[in-house]
Amino acid sequence: MSDISSIAPRDASATKPTRAMPTSRTGLIILAVMLITLPFWISYVGGYTDLASRVLIYALAGMGLNLLLGFTGGLSFGHAAYFGLGSYGVGLMLKYETHSTLLALLVGTIVGGLAATLLGPIAVRRRGIYFSMITIAIGQMFFFIAVRWNALTGGEDGLAGFSRQPIAGIPLGSNNLYYLILIFFGLGAAVLWTILNAPLGHTFVAIRENRKRLTFLGINVDRYIAISFSISGFIVALAGGLNALLDNFTSPDNLKYTLSGNLLIIAVLGGMRNFWGPLAGALVFILVQDYVSNITRNWMTVIGLIFIVSVMYFPKGILGFFGRRSRS
Amino acid sequence: MSLLQLDHISRRFGAIKALTDISIDVAQGELRAIIGPNGAGKTTLFNLISGFFPPSEGKIIFDGSEITAVSPAILVKRGIIRTFQITEIFLDLTVYENLRVAAETAMGLNLVPFMSRARRQAIESKVDELLDLVKIGGKADRIAGELSHGDQRVVEVGIALSRQPKLLLLDEPTAGMGDEETHHMTGLIRSLNKDQKITILFIEHDMNIVFGVADRITVLDNGTMLAEGNAAEIAANPRVQAAYLGQEA
Ligand SMILES: Nc1ncnc2c1ncn2[C@@H]1O[C@H](COP(=O)(O)OP(=O)(O)OP(=O)(O)O)[C@@H](O)[C@H]1O
Ligand SMILES: [Mg+2]
Repeated sequence: MSDISSIAPRDASATKPTRAMPTSRTGLIILAVMLITLPFWISYVGGYTDLASRVLIYALAGMGLNLLLGFTGGLSFGHAAYFGLGSYGVGLMLKYETHSTLLALLVGTIVGGLAATLLGPIAVRRRGIYFSMITIAIGQMFFFIAVRWNALTGGEDGLAGFSRQPIAGIPLGSNNLYYLILIFFGLGAAVLWTILNAPLGHTFVAIRENRKRLTFLGINVDRYIAISFSISGFIVALAGGLNALLDNFTSPDNLKYTLSGNLLIIAVLGGMRNFWGPLAGALVFILVQDYVSNITRNWMTVIGLIFIVSVMYFPKGILGFFGRRSRS
Repeated sequence: MSLLQLDHISRRFGAIKALTDISIDVAQGELRAIIGPNGAGKTTLFNLISGFFPPSEGKIIFDGSEITAVSPAILVKRGIIRTFQITEIFLDLTVYENLRVAAETAMGLNLVPFMSRARRQAIESKVDELLDLVKIGGKADRIAGELSHGDQRVVEVGIALSRQPKLLLLDEPTAGMGDEETHHMTGLIRSLNKDQKITILFIEHDMNIVFGVADRITVLDNGTMLAEGNAAEIAANPRVQAAYLGQEA
């Protein structure tokens, strides 16, 4: 099944049979209404606003990673690096440099995104498993820097002593912060959606499908994977920056390979060929983490079981399963 | 006027001599078949011309300039486009999407991150043109991987045509096809050559197709050139009969 098609509606005026866009447009409106009204009903279903904020942050990171993973076909085990750099960028800016939350977020995003832009081309020069290995190695490099550079980063204890500042006089309590995160989630999603519906995104998907064919059409495939890597790094760094705002704290855990793995799980669980897949993946992941970790410390075991079952029975992920469409 | 000249080309893989001292001249507008038994070196010849790897010896001249050891990406831009013995298309995408990314690539739009209305229309009309050209418009919204083998080959030709080739290399375009599909493909090859004026080299095992379609025929055997000529000459050539036609029968 072609999943890019589900996010790539053609002009309705075209003569060919068009795809069932109205349903997905309705779905999008329902999703938007649910997200916008969430603070008003979340407590009635046993949740709380910060939990929803966390879901959105991980969903955004998962969607960013998924541009590379699901839509370009590049398996990165090191995207925690960009998440972590985003979070440290925000933390350090707020702690030492600025009272502007937005400026801190901008700097964090640029730092993480630039790192991906500079390091992506190195990883891209290798194929398959070697590509993945290099992404891990690069990721771990930042982890060790954060652990060792105690004076700046707070080392293993993490970086505390900063807090998100009011924006234009509006304090960022749980609800306001949620809306700030929702805005950036929406922006990130819009950027990804726009790219995936443009020639650049079509090129990414074609790389996933058949590098050889594209090479023999005259495309420098490595260059485009590096571009996908870079964009994906910026989005993941933005998510990391938002996470630092949510926690008023960051630590080397946000740079560690376990987080890279978790982001992969989020993308695969939700359906990595599906645009909104990581949102579903993040919802499951964060809910399990929140509820099960109250009961047992081995909440990862539960995630692991869910992951195995889902990969075995719903290889296209949660949304892939529900979104199964018949084609003419 | 010759479009492609192979000048004393050889290619070795370690001890294997895949091609030895091959000289071929392909005229502008020609429809040339390359035939020969399995392992004769036909695909290797295409790999050399399309820049997949360079020859061990010899020169390749295309459109007046030497292209020996020039990269595939550059050759594509100069107008040498190929298909593969094993179909190379975008299997999980629809036929339309296959041709769309090909069209966008041909139009040099790959870096464009935002689709404007005008651009979308320009792309769509180019894709529709390609769909018409290979006559697969009726299956535009089908997933390429779910199509018959023959239709997948047609999609691959459509992808190749997006780049407006001067020289089209087709590696066994009709292999594994049923009669009807073969008929469609040979009709397509002929019309691309006669109507679109594309010089075509195609590798083919089916003698009926070769004799029925090609202007000229080059016969390879065991890495060497056995014969070259039109259908009548090749059919009458005793060396060809001994080495190749005899085996086929
Ligand atoms: N990349 C390669 N490395 C090593 N040997 C190769 C390579 N490519 C081709 N050969 C060898 O060169 C010889 C010619 O192969 P080639 O694929 O060109 O034959 P062909 O005429 O296309 O045959 P077929 O009809 O089976 O497709 C064979 O012996 C093959 O094993
Ligand atoms: Mg061959």
